[in-house]
Amino acid sequence: MPRVTKNEEETILGVQKIVERIGKTRADLISVLQAVTNEFGFISQTAMEELSGLMNLPTKEIYSVATFYRMLSTQPRGRHVVQFCESAPCHVVGGREVIATLKKALALEPGQTSPDKKWTLLATSCLGVCGMGPVILIDTDMYGNVTPEQVKEILSRYE
Amino acid sequence: MKTVRSMILVSNDPESKLRGSEKIYAAFQQQLLQYGLSEEVSLSMVSDLGYSYASPLVLIYPEAVVYGPIKAQDVPYIVEEHLYKGRVVEEKRAPAHELSGKVAWLSARKGTLPAQNRVVLKNVGIIDPESIDDYIANDGYQALGIALEKTPDEVIAIIKNSGLQGRGGAGFPTGIKWGYVNKTFGDKKYVICNADESEPGTFKDRVVLEGDPHAIIEAMAIAAYAVGADEGYIYIRGEYQLAIERVETAIKQAKEFGLLGENIFGSDFSFKIHVHAGAGAYICGEETALIESIEGKRGEPRSRPPYPTTNGLWGKPTLVNNVETLANIPAIIRNGAEWYRALGTPSSPGTKVFTVLGNVNVTGLIEVPMGITLREVVSIYAKGMKSGSFKLAQTGGSSGSIIPASLQDTPMDFESYKKAGVSLGSGALLICNDEVCIVDLAKVLLNFFKVESCGKCTPCRIGTKRAYDILMGISQGQGSLEDLDELLSLNKEMLELSNCGLGQTAGVPLRDMLNYFRAEVEAHIRLGVCPTGVCPMHA
Repeated sequence: MPRVTKNEEETILGVQKIVERIGKTRADLISVLQAVTNEFGFISQTAMEELSGLMNLPTKEIYSVATFYRMLSTQPRGRHVVQFCESAPCHVVGGREVIATLKKALALEPGQTSPDKKWTLLATSCLGVCGMGPVILIDTDMYGNVTPEQVKEILSRYE
Repeated sequence: MKTVRSMILVSNDPESKLRGSEKIYAAFQQQLLQYGLSEEVSLSMVSDLGYSYASPLVLIYPEAVVYGPIKAQDVPYIVEEHLYKGRVVEEKRAPAHELSGKVAWLSARKGTLPAQNRVVLKNVGIIDPESIDDYIANDGYQALGIALEKTPDEVIAIIKNSGLQGRGGAGFPTGIKWGYVNKTFGDKKYVICNADESEPGTFKDRVVLEGDPHAIIEAMAIAAYAVGADEGYIYIRGEYQLAIERVETAIKQAKEFGLLGENIFGSDFSFKIHVHAGAGAYICGEETALIESIEGKRGEPRSRPPYPTTNGLWGKPTLVNNVETLANIPAIIRNGAEWYRALGTPSSPGTKVFTVLGNVNVTGLIEVPMGITLREVVSIYAKGMKSGSFKLAQTGGSSGSIIPASLQDTPMDFESYKKAGVSLGSGALLICNDEVCIVDLAKVLLNFFKVESCGKCTPCRIGTKRAYDILMGISQGQGSLEDLDELLSLNKEMLELSNCGLGQTAGVPLRDMLNYFRAEVEAHIRLGVCPTGVCPMHA
């Protein structure tokens, strides 16, 4: 049996606690995966294998659900996740320029994480606050009516 | 509930807080004391007046005047003028274009009381959404009591007679759907509220859930009684954190009051509700995908038939209704079908909640009778175009269409729009001016479908990608006239061969683009020019 690293041990313990709290039926799977993403930033291979045993589901089933939903992640993300809305309501009120500025300021394409693990940039569909587009979401902070000039200042608020 | 003459709300979102909302609150407290108004004027801090560059905002009812940005030193003057002498301080009003959502709507009315007949949004912004007492004081849970004294068939008859149609986009008659589930034999049935509102530009359901969560709980209980269900789910999209919290609070309160649980109002009827938070997938707004998702699976739509009315959640008969549809139910039960039919048009009774967005002066939420025209919405509620002239409106989401200026005066109801060959969609009205390029807009819409396609069936998975690539080519000056034929045949193939509504309607922007704006598209191809200058056009 391969040695379990300290990191993996933590993941396994954390996953066990989450399943204990939420439940282990099939209907609980998405809530459990969401909780794992929230706690560890992403759903690791270790976490999926542990869940497979606890919830009595094949690992591939868990992987297939985990990769379907946008709010679940199987890849490690940066300390701050920047999401910009690419749907039409934001697009026509200046979203196009905001996206271009954002890409340039972070030097990232959507889906990428910066080498220093500070930023992850993601394109997202409508966030439901279209009255004040263009909208960007950094972690859980929402910014509305964003202009390209504000992008730098907004990013500078994050350590 | 204590009755007060005026009500002051001070915004306290993080932005306002940084700009000193607490000082403003303290200043109001002190000034109200000084003028001896503390007893007749209530003062509260609220978190969600909408993000705004005019924050901190101060909202004073009943005139519904929005002031902003306000500093603590402005407070004495506002108290003296507005609350003591009764004169609105015009120069401190927040500029309309800085506001969003409900506050924009309030501000747009320039201090007049609501003239609209609000049904869905009746309580939104008026009651405390976290207080069941407030809801009950505003006729809340009365309709549930009335319904439980009738037979389920009588309740369904009222909904059928009201002519209420599903507000999720398809416009299916609600009463008939209830009848199907009622008639299906089953020992266990479910009621699901579809609150996975993800159509781009639509946020009406969020506002209802955040502002009046008990209305949805009451409506679900009535629906459950009518169809014979004893368990319900509210599927709320994961991004709507505040809505999830408010609904959970409301469910807890309803349980404490015996309005959910066993033997409601001493009858044989029992009902419980679970909240299921989505995890970010547009397709889960499709009812069978939503059911799969509640079951803990990938949100891939099932093949239909069988429909959820007979084989829904865990194979049991299931009623799925949209938030806005349900929000109409308590009012219909309280006031009767005749009252409801008097609103709107004969073929589409009732009101419709629209989100007005895009290049207009006032964006936000409106509730208007069915049958209003686009021109009225733009000129009256949106206060005209912000810049340029009206080019088109996009009615939001996969079930929506592109409405050209020539259809501006068509009444907005399900039937008239169907006759004109377009659809009303989910209630988003994205108003675009003449600076918007039709190819660029279609590209953005198709990109959305390409990203959100679940990939289960081929016509949609490949079709959306192919259409996007063609549009990309046209926008870069590499299109050919044959491409346009291919776009039309892609639309036809996706419509006829796709498994669910997403694929079936993904080609609508292509069809409408070529129907109404063919010359503009051809200019990209024949002349190598984007008339609005939006597309890059480098070969």
